[in-house]
Formats: sequence, C-alpha cells, structure tokens
Amino acid sequence: MRDPILRIEDLHIEFRTSRGVIHALQGVTFDVMPGEIFGVVGETGCGKTITGLSVLRLLPRSARITQGNIRFEGVDLLKISQREMRSIRGGKISIIFQDPSTSMNPLFTIGFQMNKVIREHLKFSREKARERALTMLAATGLPDVERIYDSYPHQLSGGMLQRAMIALALSCEHSLLIADEPTTALDVTIQSQILQLMRELQQKLGVAMILITHNLGVVANMCDRLVVLYAGRVVEIGESRSIFENPQHPYTRGLMSAIPAPGSRGNRLSAIPGNVPIDPGALKGCVFAPRCAFVMPRCLKESPVMFHLSKDHASTCFLAERGDLF
Amino acid sequence: MLMNLQKAEYILRRLLTSVFVLLGLTVITFFIARVVPSNAAALYIGPKARPEDIERVTKLLGLDKPLPVQYLVYMRDVLKGDWGTSISSKRPVLQEIASRFPATFELLCTAMIIAVATGIVVGVISAQWQGKWLDILVRAASIVGVSVPAFWLGLLLQILFFRNLNILPLSGRVDSDLRFTHPIMVTTGIYLIDAIIHQNWVALKDVCLHMILPALTLAAYPASLIARMTRATMLEVQSQDYIRTARAYGLKESFIVYILALKNAISPTLTVIGLTLAYALTGSFFVEIVFNWPGLGMFTVRSLLNLDYPAIMGITLFGAIGYVLINLLVDIVQTWIDPRISLS
Ligand SMILES: Nc1ncnc2c1ncn2[C@@H]1O[C@H](COP(=O)(O)OP(=O)(O)OP(=O)(O)O)[C@@H](O)[C@H]1O
Ligand SMILES: [Mg+2]
Repeated sequence: MRDPILRIEDLHIEFRTSRGVIHALQGVTFDVMPGEIFGVVGETGCGKTITGLSVLRLLPRSARITQGNIRFEGVDLLKISQREMRSIRGGKISIIFQDPSTSMNPLFTIGFQMNKVIREHLKFSREKARERALTMLAATGLPDVERIYDSYPHQLSGGMLQRAMIALALSCEHSLLIADEPTTALDVTIQSQILQLMRELQQKLGVAMILITHNLGVVANMCDRLVVLYAGRVVEIGESRSIFENPQHPYTRGLMSAIPAPGSRGNRLSAIPGNVPIDPGALKGCVFAPRCAFVMPRCLKESPVMFHLSKDHASTCFLAERGDLF
Repeated sequence: MLMNLQKAEYILRRLLTSVFVLLGLTVITFFIARVVPSNAAALYIGPKARPEDIERVTKLLGLDKPLPVQYLVYMRDVLKGDWGTSISSKRPVLQEIASRFPATFELLCTAMIIAVATGIVVGVISAQWQGKWLDILVRAASIVGVSVPAFWLGLLLQILFFRNLNILPLSGRVDSDLRFTHPIMVTTGIYLIDAIIHQNWVALKDVCLHMILPALTLAAYPASLIARMTRATMLEVQSQDYIRTARAYGLKESFIVYILALKNAISPTLTVIGLTLAYALTGSFFVEIVFNWPGLGMFTVRSLLNLDYPAIMGITLFGAIGYVLINLLVDIVQTWIDPRISLS
C-alpha cells in the first residue's frame, strides 16, 4: 500500500476567546492518498476550514493546536521552521478559498500576484514566470489570457476569478490542493463548471485534493474518499461509494437526506433539527446525541469510539458497532 | 487602455467638481464681503470712514448695483487678480499674500513631509508590534501628539532647545546676521531651495536650523493622526482574506507587510493626510506667531487685529483655493493607487 501524502492524527484545536476556551477540533484523524480527491463534509461550524488552515499553519492567532500531528510527505508540519513552512505553502500545498472576490488583492493585477508566487517557488525569471502564468490561465479555460493577466480582480467576474485562483493554485507543481468550498460563493450556473474543471486539472496534473464542502452532493460526484465531521470530531470516514451506499452514522444519513437539489445555493443542511453545539468539548457522551433520532441512554454517558466496518469504512456510532442502524 | 480612459474621465470629472466648488466658494466670500455686513463700504474703508468716503466707495465697489451684477464684477476682479487693497498697508491684497506665501509654504511642506514619513513608519511598526510595549508607547505618544496645543508645544521646545540646551535658534527664518554675511538671493522665496540653487551652504545650514523647531511643532498633530490611522488600517488590512492568500502562497513576510499590506493601507491614510494638511494650514498660523515666522499666519493675525477686511477676505479665498487643490491632488493620487476608484 502506498504511503499517504497527508496524515492528520488526533488533531485538537482550541480557540481562546473572551468567553472562554472553545474546543473546535477534538481528535480529528484522516489520511489523504497521493492523487486522490478527499472530501471533508459537515455543517457550518463543524471545523472544516480550520482543519484545512491548520495544514498550512494559517490558523488565526487565537487558535492553538493542543495535541496531534500533521505529516505531509513524511514531514511533521508542526515541527518544521517558519522558513521551511513558507516554502511548502504555495510551493507544495496550495489552497483555494471560498470567496474569490476577496481572496485576491484588489490593488494588484492578477498577473502580478501570480508572477510573484511562481518566482518565489519555482525560481523562474520574471519573463518565464509570466509564460507559466499565461499557460496556467489558459489551462483553466479562460479566454484572452493576456488581458486577464493584466486585469485587476474587480474587472473579472466571480467565476473568472475563481478560475484564475485555480490557475494560481496549480501553477507551482503542487502535490496537494486544499479547496475550501470553492464554489459556494459562485453563481449556481457555473458551480458545476468550476468543479468539473478542478477535477480535470487535478487528474491531468496528478495532485491530491482535499475538497471541503457542506454539500454531500458535490462530494458524491467528485471524491474517492471522504470524512464527515460533526462538532470538531470525525463521525464517519471511508470510501465515498461505501458511505453513500451504506451510511453508518445517523448524522451522515441526515446530511444525505439534506443534499441540496442541483443548482440550489447555500442551503446549509437545515434538514437535521437543532444546531451544532458552540463548545462541543463541554458535552459528555456522543456529541451528536442531542440531535440524534436514534439516541440511546448509553449515548449520553459514553463517548463512542471509532468502529471499523471494513478496511475502508468506519463510524463512531454505537449502532454501527451493533450493526443495526438500518 | 480602457482603464486609462476611465481614469482620465474620472480626473476630468473631479476637476470639474473642483471648479464648481471654487465657484461656490467665491459666492460665499462675496456674500461675506459685500452682502452680510450692514455697511460694506464703511467696513472696506476701516474704522475712520467719513460719510463722503463711504459714498465714494459704495460707487467704487458697485454696491448700488443689483446683486448678480455685483457678483459678476467681484468675480471679474478676483480672476483679474484684483483682490482688493489692504487697509493697513495700502498694498494690493494678492501681492501681500504672494510675498508671504513662500515662507508658509516652506514650513508647511517641511512639516508635512516629516509628518507623513514618521506617521507612516511609526504606524506600520506599531501595527507589527501590536500589543507590545513599543506599540503601547507609540499609541500613548500619539494621544499626546493630537491633544497638545501647537503653541504650547512650540513654547516647550523653545525652552528646551533654545534656553536650556541652546543648540537651536529661538525664532525667525534666518539669523539676522546672515543678511550681512551670507545674504540669501531670493529666486523662489523658499529659502531651502534658494540657498541650494545659489550654493549658499552657510545660509542653508542656518535655514535648516531655524526650520527644525517650527516644523516639528507643526508636524506633531498630523504625524500622530497619520500614525494612528496607518496603524489601524494596517491591522485591518492584515486581517483581510487577500493577505491570508499571500501568506498561504508562501510570500515573504516583509513583502506581504511592506508592499502588499502597506499599499492597501495607504489609501485610507491618504485621505487623512489630505485632512491634516488642511488642519496644518490653520495650525501654521499659531506656530508662525510662536516662532515669529514671517508668513501668512502672522499676516492673518495682524489683519484680524486691524479689522483689515479686504485682507481677511483675500486670505479666506486663498486658503479655500488651497484646500480644494489639495483635495483634488489627494484624489488624483488615490486613482493612481487604487484601480477601483475611477469606477465609483
Ligand atoms: N476566529 C475564531 N475565534 C473563535 N472561534 C473560532 C474562530 N474561527 C473558528 N472558530 C470555531 O471553530 C469552529 C469551526 O470553524 P470553521 O470555520 O472551521 O467551520 P466550518 O466547518 O469551516 O464552517 P463553514 O461551513 O461555515 O465554513 C467554529 O464553530 C467556531 O466555534
Ligand atoms: Mg469554512
């Protein structure tokens, strides 16, 4: 078996806020294999973004990784120096954010921003970096790339900007791409185009991709494997097909029944009654118990541990262990 | 190309609005000069006006004509450069202003250069060290800087550097002996430049020494304000998504802060610079009095004390024009920094 390109092990993240400590991630563990698309799914606030940011060590100042480790290509990312981290950011791992209109600097041209990154990591000359940027822009299906290269972000539409962002994210021979809800802020008509483009390029360039989304429908079409997060914990993990055919956690089932119809926008999984607890660390027992339709007395007292149904499918639900969820 | 056209159009539009603002200003000064006073002619002549003089001046100023006609006449005179005659000196007001303007301009420019440079540098450093002792020190200093009155600070500096340490001159633009030993040949009226043009190094040193205290006094307020603004906008900008993107793509921290973030932060700061410049213009009047600086400020105070009505109106109009031009300049520089501006 191949080694994973990224291995996150027992990751705990805390936020120190004026209202006390929030345990935002509690023991998240997953592997991402080279060249695969790995989905991270969950409702808003469950910790998807901070999981992605922690890989790049870009967490907000108030956040602290209190436990666990993150290994990328065998290197412990939490131990290396700031300098080494900088060469990995944008050099080996790249990221695409949710809102393309705010993730590019409004006062500099697309070309300037791409050129700078390419020169930083590939050590190209200015001219060669420009060539490279133009090639990448063209690869994302943008027309008239020379004009786009010299454009400022406000002169492009959201879809064009996100394509430019993808071009940037793949411009330096990266081996891992983290896409944090790359289509949520876009017009519904171009969401699927962008996703398709990402998959095409991902396959052509052979990069691994972490696709963060609250939309299980997107994951179903794109991902090889996925993890379902709830309140900062892994509730189910495994091969997409296996999870879709046979979900082994009541939360996953709730998400599946809440898959937004294709084309609808932003519907943040309101089908499961109740809300994500603000500080899940304070709860005893299973974090999902307060919202679970199948709750048992045991769920309120003990925390369920990961139960492996097969080599590549696991769930943290007592029912999955007993094998009578359905 | 498209961009440049938009930019040109925007600048043209701004120029046009400036012209309208200036026209509006002349209407206001006209009203204050000719309409508001119950007897403008008497005011124009001064306190010792005799009835026959008043009658003569009423005719002279056209005060017997309808208001629109009076305004047109006033505008024609203003455009011709005839801004009236000073009551106390009996010289044309515009000439009086022109002869004093270089001294004020020189002081103002020096002070603003100091204020902008220190304000931005200190603001950036303060933001970088947010919450550390350096930042706390800067913030405390800037509060002092905005709250201490200029004349008081000027006096304090005089006591310290002239009386106690005796390393800087008390007041004036140059040493009085210099007129005989190394007289400055006046070409521009701005002594720093004149001394350099004519390679009068002795005078240059003297001019610089005289400049330090008044310039620092005048710079204190704008520098503090600019520092506070720069600090705030730097912090604000650095929490933006696009700065996170720059970090996520491994750009150098120094590049992110001093090139990317600073350019984003400079735009709001520039607006503050425009505003403080207007403040500094009035602030320079106090500073000029404290430092016996022969500029417009001294002239203004004297005109006020003498109720020299035409001179006061002239200064008002002149200051207003300066203010409009500064704001126009700030706006033009803004378009050059921020490509989005010409669109709104
Ligand atoms: N700056 C912050 N300060 C305090 N707590 C935070 C901060 N950012 C995130 N959190 C906490 O971390 C949790 C996870 O946040 P995160 O942004 O990762 O959620 P998400 O799954 O990406 O949600 P969304 O779908 O809305 O993007 C939040 O519920 C919140 O409690
Ligand atoms: Mg998020």
